[in-house]
Amino acid sequence: MSNPAVPSGAITDPPSLYELFKAFAIVSLSGFGGALPWARRMIVEQRRWMTTEEFNEAFALSQFLPGPNLVNFSVVFGLRFGGPLGAAVTLAGLMGPPLVIVMILGMLYARFGDVEVLSRILAGITAAAAGLLIAVVAKMAAPLFLTRWNSAPAIAILAFVGVAIMQWPLQLVFLVLAPVSVAFAWFKR
Amino acid sequence: MNDSPLTALFGYFAMLSLFAIGGANAAIPDMHRISVEVMGWMTSRQFADMFAISQLSPGPNVIIVTLIGYHVAGITGAAVATVAMCGPTCLVAFGVAHVWDRFKDAHWRIAIQAGLVPVSLGLIGASAFVLARAADNNVYAVAVTAVTAVVAFATRINPLWVFGASGLLGLSGWL
Repeated sequence: MSNPAVPSGAITDPPSLYELFKAFAIVSLSGFGGALPWARRMIVEQRRWMTTEEFNEAFALSQFLPGPNLVNFSVVFGLRFGGPLGAAVTLAGLMGPPLVIVMILGMLYARFGDVEVLSRILAGITAAAAGLLIAVVAKMAAPLFLTRWNSAPAIAILAFVGVAIMQWPLQLVFLVLAPVSVAFAWFKR
Repeated sequence: MNDSPLTALFGYFAMLSLFAIGGANAAIPDMHRISVEVMGWMTSRQFADMFAISQLSPGPNVIIVTLIGYHVAGITGAAVATVAMCGPTCLVAFGVAHVWDRFKDAHWRIAIQAGLVPVSLGLIGASAFVLARAADNNVYAVAVTAVTAVVAFATRINPLWVFGASGLLGLSGWL
């Protein structure tokens, strides 16, 4: 009934649980600074589990849901291909290996975080990471700000000011702006 | 009682999980606000360091939550924070995945999807701002941020190169 079939147009055989785990572990471990391109490469190009359209659709859903996008994506994807067990397996593949690595880094930081050399290196990386995030914002903003008349720029600026300048709690800003923004989108047609 | 750090970690990240539209990157300012100013778990500098480490680690950006949890309450804290940040949203994804495809062309679905984009854009912009403020303590660091932004916007460079170069610049003591 509501059990979603393997999407048409993509590959024939549904992947095994082991293959699901392996694919998401590889994507996760390759994904420095955002694993989306790797996920697309693995799922659409290499394994052909989804067509580009199916991938975009599933990823749009993951972005719309609250919480970490890739975590959502792994659940949506695992559910479709292996039911609840599949979702558990893709999630474990996505989170397991990086958790081990980051715990080791966390322990090293707890031990050596005060070392001047390390903190200088991390300061450089943070400065660059902030720049990467600005680029992400610019890429997201370009299509929204170029449309001649819409509410998107105002909403985005209000969200920015509320969280960054006023330092209001995220949930407060969200609960006020999200309904307004959705209402604008609803009436625009 | 609500004063155990584990309870605080779980309650906070479980709540955050449900409002972080745009992923972990959208929630950075609020994590900073809670960790540094409200709870006093760490200094602003330590928070920025943890963000850098989470960027250096492979895997989803949400992994910064694990580092915060570890800093606050050791391995248990890391586990609690990670489960709290991923659990609720996984359940939501689990529930929504089934109905979502059925309403592909529904007007309400299109409106929700379109309406949330600018909100998450503003939130991620706020993250960039908060991080830049934490990292950019002098004119050289500001330059690194600016050059990285332009290069990443105009090219498809692998971020690892950028991190390597900026880490070396940091090591040289200019930043």
